[in-house]
Amino acid sequence: MSDNLMRVQPIRNGTVLDHIKAGRGRKVLDALDLIDKGTTITLLMHVPSKKNSSKDVIKIEDRELSESESQKLALLSPGAHVNIIRNFVVAEKNVAELPESISNVAICSNDNCISNNERGAKTKFNIINGNPLSIQCVYCGRKIAQDNIIFI
Amino acid sequence: MKHVVSISDLSKKQILSILKRAKELVPVAKGKKKSKSLDGKILATCFFEPSTRTRLSFETAMQRLGGTCIGFADPSATSHLKGETLVDGIRMVAGYADAVLLRHPQEGSARLASENSEVPLINGGDGAGQHPTQTLLDLFTINEEMGKMEGLNVGMLGDLRYGRTVHSLSHALAKFNNKLSFISPDSLSMPSYVTDDLSCDWSSHNSIEDVLNDLDILYVTRIQKERFPDLEEYKKVASAYIIDSDLLKNAKSSMRILHPLPRVTEISTDVDDTKHAAYFRQAFNGVPVRMALLEQLIGGKK
Repeated sequence: MSDNLMRVQPIRNGTVLDHIKAGRGRKVLDALDLIDKGTTITLLMHVPSKKNSSKDVIKIEDRELSESESQKLALLSPGAHVNIIRNFVVAEKNVAELPESISNVAICSNDNCISNNERGAKTKFNIINGNPLSIQCVYCGRKIAQDNIIFI
Repeated sequence: MKHVVSISDLSKKQILSILKRAKELVPVAKGKKKSKSLDGKILATCFFEPSTRTRLSFETAMQRLGGTCIGFADPSATSHLKGETLVDGIRMVAGYADAVLLRHPQEGSARLASENSEVPLINGGDGAGQHPTQTLLDLFTINEEMGKMEGLNVGMLGDLRYGRTVHSLSHALAKFNNKLSFISPDSLSMPSYVTDDLSCDWSSHNSIEDVLNDLDILYVTRIQKERFPDLEEYKKVASAYIIDSDLLKNAKSSMRILHPLPRVTEISTDVDDTKHAAYFRQAFNGVPVRMALLEQLIGGKK
């Protein structure tokens, strides 16, 4: 584990999200809806990094990230690392790659889209651009830019 | 080709094949020749929103080919009001028919329905979204009237912002390398999400006089009153985009006017008797085009 991950004490079990685009950590926390869940979370912002000049890091204790949560992370900070920690050791290490499409991760901004009106309907978007992020609703065709994406 | 939700679901080759077959089916559409190519086939027409031309022309198309229709023209008579979801309704109807035609007030409804339909689903208009069979009949009409549908200068006039027919048609005409001129007030101009994807030459104008004499086709759409908060503003805008026989003196004699109908005041009735008026022939063309599409989807004679 690098010095940067030691800045705050290491966690026994949980997830460390590393190499988050600097300044994007708060957005990631919001999108993952982790606040108010009773989970112990550490957010480090603008940590000096060898790879980039600086990065954000999030440590989530006693919780491993789900697939849809990884997708949200990938959307907000493609290339971020997801480290699953078990008993102080990095048990799994994945890079959050931008997917081609996402299901039930965000909601469509078109009020008249069927995905907002049909009971039980799942939302689905294709990723049309990674940087700046832009997604398109598979159903109504609405294109949504990063700042306007509302996560579920 | 299983479902037809958007015109972009169809390749250029598929479009050309439908138009070619539609041409052969014109005598059948007019009742001059008989066909049984869809004998015993059933089309379910599900209209969650009223429609006249789309519903009637599909019913005619089906019956001219020996098939029949079931369905509803008004959701008030269905379980929809009891709270049934669209998906449940479509799964049920797909079990009763060989194809489903859907008109629904919400965008994306046809895509969602197609994911849950075992039989071909045809989008007959989803809110402000897509209406692919309208685009097919528009292309067919342009080809019939001009003898080609490439290399033309096509003007689109009126409500280009909300008009779904002009959005789909622009994409289709761009595929066939035409030049597009968009004519509208600024408040109703062609949205950038449409123009961003256009692979052809296009330009925007406020005044019809700027481009009229260069046009081969003028596609007129209705400017809807409900788009304007202020009635005075509506009247001012609408009156600036009225086509009458006087204005058409500056047009090429071969220029043809199309309109998806219904028209209100945007094309003066004195245009109806000029050589430019093609909109009633266009409305008829809905029948052979939909016949050709139905044949390809539910396996009639090829």
